[in-house]
Amino acid sequence: MQRDTFDQVLISEVQLAARELGLDRRAVETVFIGGGTPTLLSAQALVGVLDTIKSEFGLVPGAEVTTEANPDSVDQAKLDQLVAGGFTRISYGVQSAAPNVLKILDRTHTAGAAAAAIAMARSAGFEQISADLIIATPGESDGDLLASVELVTGAGVDHVSAYTLIVEPNTPLARQVAAGAVPRPDDETAAHRYELVDKLLAERGFTWYEVSNWAQPGGECQHNMHYWRNDDWLGIGPGAHSHQSGVRWWNVKHPRSYAEKLSIGESPVEQREVLTVGQVQMETVMLGLRTAAGLELAAAGDINPEVITKLVSDGLLDEVALAAGRLVVTARGRLLADAIIRDLVG
Amino acid sequence: MPLPQPGATDPTVIRNFCIIAHIDHGKSTLADRMLQQTGVVDARSMRAQYLDRMDIERERGITIKSQAVRLPYRGEDGHDYVLNLIDTPGHVDFTYEVSRSLAACEGAVLVVDAAQGIEAQTLANLYLALENDLTIVPVLNKIDLPAAQPGKYAAELARIIGCNPDDVMRISAKTGMGVPELLERIVRDIPAPTGDADAPARALIFDSIYDTYRGVVTYVRVIDGRIATRDRAKMMMTGEVHELLEVGVISPEPVPGKGIGVGEVGYLITGVKDVRQSRVGDTVTTAQHGATQALGGYRDPKPMVFSGLYPIDGSDYPELRDALDKLKLNDAALVYEPETSLALGFGFRCGFLGLLHMEIVRERLEREANLDLISTAPNVVYRVFNDEGVELVVTNPSEFPTQKVDKIFEPVVRGTVILPSEFVGTVMELCQQRRGLMLGMDYLSEDRVELRYTLPLAEIVFDFFDQLKSRTRGYASLDYELTGEQEADLVKVDILLHGDAVDAFSAIVHRDKAMAYGVMMTGKLKELIPRQQFEVPIQAAIGSRVITRETIRAIRKDVLAKCYGGDITRKRKLLEKQKEGKKRMKMVGRVEVPQEAFIAALSTSDTNSKK
Repeated sequence: MQRDTFDQVLISEVQLAARELGLDRRAVETVFIGGGTPTLLSAQALVGVLDTIKSEFGLVPGAEVTTEANPDSVDQAKLDQLVAGGFTRISYGVQSAAPNVLKILDRTHTAGAAAAAIAMARSAGFEQISADLIIATPGESDGDLLASVELVTGAGVDHVSAYTLIVEPNTPLARQVAAGAVPRPDDETAAHRYELVDKLLAERGFTWYEVSNWAQPGGECQHNMHYWRNDDWLGIGPGAHSHQSGVRWWNVKHPRSYAEKLSIGESPVEQREVLTVGQVQMETVMLGLRTAAGLELAAAGDINPEVITKLVSDGLLDEVALAAGRLVVTARGRLLADAIIRDLVG
Repeated sequence: MPLPQPGATDPTVIRNFCIIAHIDHGKSTLADRMLQQTGVVDARSMRAQYLDRMDIERERGITIKSQAVRLPYRGEDGHDYVLNLIDTPGHVDFTYEVSRSLAACEGAVLVVDAAQGIEAQTLANLYLALENDLTIVPVLNKIDLPAAQPGKYAAELARIIGCNPDDVMRISAKTGMGVPELLERIVRDIPAPTGDADAPARALIFDSIYDTYRGVVTYVRVIDGRIATRDRAKMMMTGEVHELLEVGVISPEPVPGKGIGVGEVGYLITGVKDVRQSRVGDTVTTAQHGATQALGGYRDPKPMVFSGLYPIDGSDYPELRDALDKLKLNDAALVYEPETSLALGFGFRCGFLGLLHMEIVRERLEREANLDLISTAPNVVYRVFNDEGVELVVTNPSEFPTQKVDKIFEPVVRGTVILPSEFVGTVMELCQQRRGLMLGMDYLSEDRVELRYTLPLAEIVFDFFDQLKSRTRGYASLDYELTGEQEADLVKVDILLHGDAVDAFSAIVHRDKAMAYGVMMTGKLKELIPRQQFEVPIQAAIGSRVITRETIRAIRKDVLAKCYGGDITRKRKLLEKQKEGKKRMKMVGRVEVPQEAFIAALSTSDTNSKK
């Protein structure tokens, strides 16, 4: 498939989706172009897709429009064009300031390029700038993490996502770990680095608001908040997932078959599932508990009070929040969120 | 002169004998050869190991094992004889059954591999035969083997029996060499049975087998009088009276007849369905004008080793119950009752004659009923006296009293080990470690030694065979028999998980070994139990006193880093799967333990305890 025509394929899916939704169409509150490196497309192409969303669905006033980007896939002109075209937010895959970590992660950019990219985004006029960091990569030290936090906060981001490294199967890193060339990341280190990044960011005015996300006041990613509130969204692109009122569906993964289907006017949807009441509840708990706001006890459904009491006494759920009718994880509970979720819905 | 017929055979032409041999020393081959040479089975229909085919169902729909074969034999003197070859269970836990088979004979052919010499079990059975005043015909088999040392082992046998080395026959059951001479020797040396043909009938039950089609088939040796199909049979110990549906001899197929007379060996079918109604060692007489005095030597089968048997898949519990019920019909010594374990769910507490009996039962349950089973560590029977002098019989650690114990008695055995002399040191060390008391040591030949020890049965049921085998590279053989009990300083060690005892891991051990058991078990569990959201201490304790401790550190991180878009479906599906997995988790107090962890913890010790 041709990169230079990919935007046209995306546009055709937006149009198809709009036709299929018909009167169910709603004005869009947030747009997020991510997954891989969307800035491999030209600014013109990205803006073209956004324009189609605008014309087919409409954007609410003050809508958040984000694109992900690699620090070395942008230049000033491109960023200026994006802002001019309606983009309000950019999220950079900075990952780390440490060259040895970037090498293990197979990233080609440097710390300097990341700082420069953030500076360019500021001068282009993005309202919000975010940086992704990967923590607890084998070989990373506490000092490396401090340098990474200083790099991105110093450059002026108002949002940081810090993800603990996951060694995905069938990746070069997985093979290196298997061969013993790179030490296997361990949970103890990950927990320690997580606590460290939380502390470093808090010291710099960033507040934790979801398991892996911190923001300065007003810097929270509105788009992602929709996921965690289990709201409705429409996904466009190969393998993209969508959700609307308890129905989830997703597109075929392979870009070629995705494009072929659209080229003959067929829906690229691969599969659709209608969630049961129990599944909706499970998702609501699973997503809500990841956030600092937590979720309303009433929204969590039928939960054994003994389990909640036990989680509070173990210091995993916040006692004060519970008294106010909300389920909110404690600082320690954040790192055990999945275990807590299993206890609650199990 | 007509051939002697069942029920009308002059006792003077009868020779009742068994073959005493170690596994692989050629008992089955020799039996086959005897069948062939006496013409009972012709060469064409001769199948290897004719007598050993328990699982093969016959055309008639009978699965009778050949416990006793009647072999008509024309001697070199021109007379017709009847040789009754009686099978003996070749199995350490069935000493009593062996003794009953021997009691049905006047003689025994002692078969020893000419390349290996006598083994401990064979020696033990030989002693049993001598106690029963049997005439021994010593035979070295496999003399055609290049590795055979007939001179050496003939001397060994001669020394044990107290005969001349020249009296030890040398044969090859495989080629048939020496077998005609052996048959002659049996006729010449083994005494004919003596009994009172006119006295009330008394027949010794030496085996009793459940057959799917015919019910219980009882094998008897008539001591006095005669048992006929028109009689009703009375079992003197149980007092039960049964119709005799069939009386006959095996030659080598069942041959029903009118009856069997004094000195003869045959089978009875009464239609009963449970071997407990026809017990080995009991005396059969006639319901009318029957004997008043039973033959001596009857013993109730007494389980000495207990263990919990659980299906690995809890839903197999009904199948396990059915399989045990079925097995019980054919195994008078097996006892069991339902038991519930926190760790393992529903199962049965089973009592066995010994460790090997336990393994046979478990193997049969697994093979015949297609069950996957887990067994708890075997346990012997203890007599415990509390400080008020009240006696408690403990077959399960859970029954061990919590209050102060005054005295505990444990069963002891007389163990015999036969081994190459180079391993004497290491085996003595093993026996010592197992609280053994040496009774004696004899050289059977220049490089083979017989060691005799008194050992607690509990020490033998716990991986003794395994240790013995590995220390002697498989060259040692062991036999043991219960000889009584001794007072011992025993304690119950509990394994506590986060403060809660896990029933399946409690054990009664000698005080000196409590620590070792605790360290082994807590260490194993630490590896097997997944980390929890809180720190989990694993302790071994005697009563309320903790003797050792391991700690499973709390899990620090259990959260997916990213959860956007498509991650949500994936994550929910994973949760649903984990939820299912959680149903299979066992809760010990607050600790979640996968069933597999319990099984692994028990299996490892189980593997060690296998012979």
